[in-house]
Amino acid sequence: MKKLFAIALVVCILMAGCTDTKSRSTGVYMLLDTSGTYAVELKKAQLILNYLLGVLAPGDTLAVARIDTGSFSEKDIVAKVTFDERPSVANNQKRAFMQQLETFVTSVKGSPYTDISGGILQAIEYLNEAESGKKYILIFSDLKEELAKGYKRDIPFQLPDYNVIALNVTKLRGDNMDPKEYLTRVDDWRSKVEKGGGEWGMINDLERLDNIFAN
Amino acid sequence: MTFANMLNITSSPALSILIWIVLFLLALYFARRPFHQAIMSFSKIIRNALRLTAAAVLSAEQRLVLRNREVLMAAGLENAERKVEREFDRIAAAVTRDLDGYPNVHRQLSEVIIKLDEDYTTSADVPPSLPNWMPIIESIAKIEHSGDSMVANMLAEINRSLTEQNKKAIEDYRNSTAARHGILNKMMPFWRKVQKSLESISGTIDNIKKRAKTVDRTINEYEKIRTGSDESARALSTSALTQFAIAGLVLLIAIGGALINFNLIALPMSEMVGGASYIGPFKTSDVAGLVIILVELTMGLFLMESLRITRLFPIIGAMDDKMRHRMIIVTFTLLAILAGVESALAFMRDRIAHDMEVLRQTLAGAEQMGLPPSIIPTVGQMVLGFILPFALAFVAIPLEMFVASARTVLGAGAAWLLRLMAFLLRLLGNIGFYLGRFIVNVYDLAIFPAIWLEGIIMATRGKKVDLPEAGDPEESQLVEEAVDSYDETIQIKEQQE
Repeated sequence: MKKLFAIALVVCILMAGCTDTKSRSTGVYMLLDTSGTYAVELKKAQLILNYLLGVLAPGDTLAVARIDTGSFSEKDIVAKVTFDERPSVANNQKRAFMQQLETFVTSVKGSPYTDISGGILQAIEYLNEAESGKKYILIFSDLKEELAKGYKRDIPFQLPDYNVIALNVTKLRGDNMDPKEYLTRVDDWRSKVEKGGGEWGMINDLERLDNIFAN
Repeated sequence: MTFANMLNITSSPALSILIWIVLFLLALYFARRPFHQAIMSFSKIIRNALRLTAAAVLSAEQRLVLRNREVLMAAGLENAERKVEREFDRIAAAVTRDLDGYPNVHRQLSEVIIKLDEDYTTSADVPPSLPNWMPIIESIAKIEHSGDSMVANMLAEINRSLTEQNKKAIEDYRNSTAARHGILNKMMPFWRKVQKSLESISGTIDNIKKRAKTVDRTINEYEKIRTGSDESARALSTSALTQFAIAGLVLLIAIGGALINFNLIALPMSEMVGGASYIGPFKTSDVAGLVIILVELTMGLFLMESLRITRLFPIIGAMDDKMRHRMIIVTFTLLAILAGVESALAFMRDRIAHDMEVLRQTLAGAEQMGLPPSIIPTVGQMVLGFILPFALAFVAIPLEMFVASARTVLGAGAAWLLRLMAFLLRLLGNIGFYLGRFIVNVYDLAIFPAIWLEGIIMATRGKKVDLPEAGDPEESQLVEEAVDSYDETIQIKEQQE
């Protein structure tokens, strides 16, 4: 029996020594465009976030930030959480997170400008700190960036190991008249992300949300 | 020299080609014998090397077959020993149970027999007989009287007395007989008791006789196996195959049970050890669940060993009875505790699953629909969680069978593979050899004009054409023989020694 206990002890020590939490976790940072008419689309964003809450597992990180005039700021983070390792606690955290989002969506005010680049920079900073194994930046926006006077966002992104996915990229009135504008806008973002070493993706059909974590 | 230059050695390209062909054929003709020798040597090297390898493989196969046979016989002997041991245990138990009280039965029987004897003696008492003078009186009573009244009266009196005495005697006799019948009646229960006791002893003796016959039969089997007869080897081999198949099937079922068990405890384990940490590529909670199941299996194994149902760990079987009983209690207690833990985990799993389902419905925006949660699945999971560890404990029995029979079956499989390998090596060797002959013949076919001319020239000179054989006359017979079979190889080795 002593031998058995010794073996069990060694196994426990090995288990404690070999455990690896960070590198396998998923980190998701979702940017919500609150500018102009896009604010009305936030109900859809809520559905996406509900899907994410259902999919993310204990140990994963989720943060939601809004895109406004100056998005490179912690103040724009609406809600953030790293789920506990215990499923029951994680479930309670998910409920609380959902409540926070509900409050935000009902009380959000539209912003005059759209600083998407600032939001991405903030997302990179946040997810790097979270040390998640798989990193996702979800951009819920029409991808039309409008910077206020004095804001400079000509910094190249550092996105190795990142998946940047644009969600619900709606067509603007001008896009309908000249689709080239829409395509150019999407291509610009794609090239920015890919130049930074990231993977680019776009999902407009919310029925295909399971493609978010396809990579 | 380019091909064009080669065609320009004469003015006519056709003539040039003809010259080149003739030169080429001449070169091939002169190189014929060395080419033949080279090809045949090479093909023989291949054949002999492969056949020698085949012989070595066959030798290994023979050794393996012998080892398999030894293993099989040893397993058969062990099995027969176990059977005999078990029968002796049963006989001992029967003797202890039934004949332990034999002295008591014997005493009772003796007492009953004494009583019966006494009763019998009593019942054998002679009934009272008539007085000795009765025949005299009877004679006097029968005397004819002459009419004298006094004599007649006297004779009448004698006759009356005689009749009275006779009546009394008959009555006494009847009473005595009735008393003896009464005694005999009282003897009946004692007879029955004796009969019952004797039947009981007879049953016990019959049981022991049956056991003894089984022991005899098993001892005969043991003797057959000990002599190593082919018949017993075949029987044991067939038995091992059957056992292997059955044990494998039962183990598969057990693996299914273990998987269900694992699914019952993997989720709740994440509540205990965390659901986000990993050991290598595996979740820590999964590994922890697996460890619990493996510990249960181990405890079950030790329990079966302590109960002497299996013999995978001889050290446990060899322990003294006191220590073994302690081990039985310890392993059973641990198993029961683990079963309790599993039951609790199954309950927790049900709660977590329910909580997750509710959360999913909330996230999907669906209202709580349907029937309220029933307690039956919860109880079912808890019962399953409690029973499965005990059920898995019995895996030790098929596992032992599987391990024991796997030695024989795998050994037979390996021997078959070696035989197949030897055959393929010999086949390849022969293919290599005849391929060499084929190349030689094709070579001769290519230079047939030169050989034909040689034949004509030799015929005009009256000489026989020297057609070299494909085979080598100086070939070593020893090598040919040595590689033919395992037995021959052994014989040649002995000759060489």
